[in-house]
Amino acid sequence: MAMEEEVFSHDLLIVGAGLAGMRAAIAAGEGLDVAIVSKLHPVRSHSGAAQGGIAASLGNSDEEDSWETHMFDTVKGSDYLGDQDAIEMMVKDAPGVIYELEHMGCVFTRMDDGRVAQRRFGGHSKPRACFAADWTGHTILQVLYEQIMKRRVRVYEEWYMVSLIVRDNVCRGIVAYDIDQGKLCVIRAKAVLFATGGYGRAFKITSNAHANSGDGIIATYRAGIPLEDMEFVQFHPTGLWRQGILVSEGARGEGAYILNNDGERFMTNYAPEMMELAPRDLTSRAIQTEINEGRGIGGQDYVYIDLRHLGKERILERLPQIHDLAYDFTGVDCFEEPIPIQPTAHYSMGGIPCTMEGQVTCDPGNTPIKGFFAAGECSCVSVHGANRLGTNSLLEAVVFGRRAGTAASEYAKGEVLPELPDDANQPAREEIEWVLNNQGSESVMAIKDDLQTSMMENCGIFRTEEQLKSQLATISKLRERFSKVKIDDKGRRFNTDLIGALELSRLLEFSDIIVTGAVARQECRGSHYRTDHPKRDDENWLKHTLAYRTDDGPRLEYKPVTITTYQPEERKY
Amino acid sequence: MAEVRFNIYRLNPETGGDGRFQEYKVECEKGDTVLDCLNKIKGEQDGTVTYRMSCRSAICGSCAMRICGHTRLACSTQVSGLLEIYEEITLEPLQNFPVIKDLVVDMKAYWEKIEAIMPYMVPDAGEPVPEKERLQSPEQFDTVFEVATCIRCSACVSDCTSLEADDKFLAPAALAKSFRFAGDSRDAADKERLTELVKEGGIWDCVRCYECTQVCPKDVRPAEHIIQLREKALNNQMEKSVGARHVLGFMESVGHSGQLDEGKLPMFAVKNIGAKISMVPIGIKMFLKGKLPLKHKPIPGAEDVQRIYKKLEGE
Ligand SMILES: Cc1cc2nc3c(=O)[nH]c(=O)nc-3n(C[C@H](O)[C@H](O)[C@H](O)COP(=O)(O)OP(=O)(O)OC[C@H]3O[C@@H](n4cnc5c(N)ncnc54)[C@H](O)[C@@H]3O)c2cc1C
Ligand code: FES
Repeated sequence: MAMEEEVFSHDLLIVGAGLAGMRAAIAAGEGLDVAIVSKLHPVRSHSGAAQGGIAASLGNSDEEDSWETHMFDTVKGSDYLGDQDAIEMMVKDAPGVIYELEHMGCVFTRMDDGRVAQRRFGGHSKPRACFAADWTGHTILQVLYEQIMKRRVRVYEEWYMVSLIVRDNVCRGIVAYDIDQGKLCVIRAKAVLFATGGYGRAFKITSNAHANSGDGIIATYRAGIPLEDMEFVQFHPTGLWRQGILVSEGARGEGAYILNNDGERFMTNYAPEMMELAPRDLTSRAIQTEINEGRGIGGQDYVYIDLRHLGKERILERLPQIHDLAYDFTGVDCFEEPIPIQPTAHYSMGGIPCTMEGQVTCDPGNTPIKGFFAAGECSCVSVHGANRLGTNSLLEAVVFGRRAGTAASEYAKGEVLPELPDDANQPAREEIEWVLNNQGSESVMAIKDDLQTSMMENCGIFRTEEQLKSQLATISKLRERFSKVKIDDKGRRFNTDLIGALELSRLLEFSDIIVTGAVARQECRGSHYRTDHPKRDDENWLKHTLAYRTDDGPRLEYKPVTITTYQPEERKY
Repeated sequence: MAEVRFNIYRLNPETGGDGRFQEYKVECEKGDTVLDCLNKIKGEQDGTVTYRMSCRSAICGSCAMRICGHTRLACSTQVSGLLEIYEEITLEPLQNFPVIKDLVVDMKAYWEKIEAIMPYMVPDAGEPVPEKERLQSPEQFDTVFEVATCIRCSACVSDCTSLEADDKFLAPAALAKSFRFAGDSRDAADKERLTELVKEGGIWDCVRCYECTQVCPKDVRPAEHIIQLREKALNNQMEKSVGARHVLGFMESVGHSGQLDEGKLPMFAVKNIGAKISMVPIGIKMFLKGKLPLKHKPIPGAEDVQRIYKKLEGE
């Protein structure tokens, strides 16, 4: 297939149209040529799947709430790996960004007096989740797209970003593939901002969309920039059994119980104070322990979440989507029966290292990559450290999308378009041609399936060195198999077979980084739980991991955590 | 479960020609959705089969298609449920859209119509922006929450019978989106919105077949919101369009005599003389077929209808 080349250029190019990407585009303001590239239509971004809420200490439900409490809860939730300057920034910005969304027209569930209602969430000591029933991400995503339409921001919709162009620590644009037309194009920009979202698809049971394949982080990594804290993968306690589709923590926020085979609210044995509203790392481990010790329902690999006592009216008002999802995907009517659930791979704390202004950095000394910014789940600021609290990531996407959008546009205003290297599109072109022409016998689906199953088994909630090392070997075999991959569709138009293969190559590559980081980190912290090193080890491991790409696999370096206010203590709930 | 036959619409834009159906057999397990099976077909048998999908949890709106003749989301449709009614599973792209490839359609026109309805909130420019949230009662939230849950899957547009007849019709998704703002207590652009919506292709061109409401996988009920927009238009004295006059004429006729006078209705609905004259031939045809009696036979219960009207008017 011959690929002619077309070149576009913009002042600011944003890759990704979820909450972070669109909020950034809006922040960029007028007088600047801003464009968005997204492999999905913006409203199909996975931010729309967020159900439970977005955190801000508005104090509507509890006047005692304050940014200080929000900050402490977040630091503690992060198992002290979060950078406290960034966390402070986020929680202080929080009320303001909620009011902005509200002013744009976002719908929020209300209290009788007309203010935004707030409910409890895991690991938060006050009710501070703002929500629209259990459609929070969806309603915010819609309102941001409304603003994108209003501002007539150019969207390259259903374009797949293949690679990032960086030379001499200056970002110069991206190479993207127009899925409909099958054309490879270079898009030059003074500033590029990645907001490509999460990457939970390396796991068999996940709440993530098929599209969450880590394209942004891998393009960054392949451009020579390290990735931070990749070993921290959050398992959400309540995914629908076998499906992984989420039952929002909002359900427990409204008072739902988790029960084992004996009908026992077993959280009393793990987090006697916060019970079902303990943070996710702890709750997921509790559920997995019950299952492993034979107290899953009928001895199987699931337990129950029980909503029945909330009553039909409350469920329909506050959790209507949960009711429908449980019914459509497991056949359970949650008015009448408890819902079978198991932990599900949910959120990726690690990502592209960047500052509070979204400026991407490339080493422990925070050397910037000029003109390259990141925000949202693909980034690692780091506000979530080793374990994110529910409702903090919609907040992160909006707060840091806005900050990074502002910083990137300020930067772009002072720059001219950087020169392109001669071979700017070469890696992308070669990769696509290779996938289209490779004559092998391996299928994308089979390799992906084996990857997801093995990651679930060996790099899940509980980890050991032995398992992790065997997983490294498995991944290397899978990558070998991928070198013999063959796709059926050789066509130009709307070739989703090709895109599937590109995505798989990225899944394989970042899985390797996750496992490499996990082998090295000999301690338990947040979501990373090593049964062979069952304690947190602040002396040796209170530090961020940076993984660099080399021909022999990821090379690890470390950088210090920023601690401003709260010294590490033992976490009890 | 057993082997299930799938019959999938195929169209390759590069080789051109008409679409055709291709058959695949899939080993289905209990709990498999249509999307799970499509993924098996693509992954194990034929990687060229093309469709959109992402969230697989009925929220991103990518995977709407015609499944056994009805528009649904592939990801939330259980195969076992279909097999209770159908022997094989037919998959076709959405109707009322040009097909790009297999089950993927071109959504350009869909988004252009959304863009045409001023799809964002316009608060009162005279009011200062408050420091905190604008207040809204739980009831005011409820009024718009239902339409706010539209996932833009286009099932309603695919099955819209008015759109099938007239591609200028804004269609249910855009009209419901319009109510998302017109119904919002914080929006102040009612007049502007409605002025556009009462024009040709707007709210009065819906024939109220309710297909949209029936087919919506999220119970957004577009048809009901179109009716709410009509009420708003009439409350704003926007009574000049044929559609508005049709409704008013209907009320007038039933209110006056307790029954509908089909002959007078069109005369009331269209205003200008030219249009009235143009209706004469059809009037003559109706008369010859006995559809236009000179005097309506009174029907039993007509007085009761009149009384109901009087009562409602009094309220
Ligand atoms: C089921 C679920 C429920 C959740 N609930 C909550 C909650 O209640 N509260 C909370 O705070 N958090 C929640 N989260 C987490 C939160 O939703 C996400 O972290 C957040 O929405 C991520 O936003 P984002 O903008 O970074 O990414 P996304 O919304 O995922 O957007 C990523 C964008 O990048 C684009 N993209 C990706 N790769 C490419 C490429 N190669 N080329 C071009 N474009 C590309 C995609 O098209 C998309 O537009 C939930 C997550 C899940 C999965
Ligand atoms: S895949 Fe998202 S709605 Fe079906």
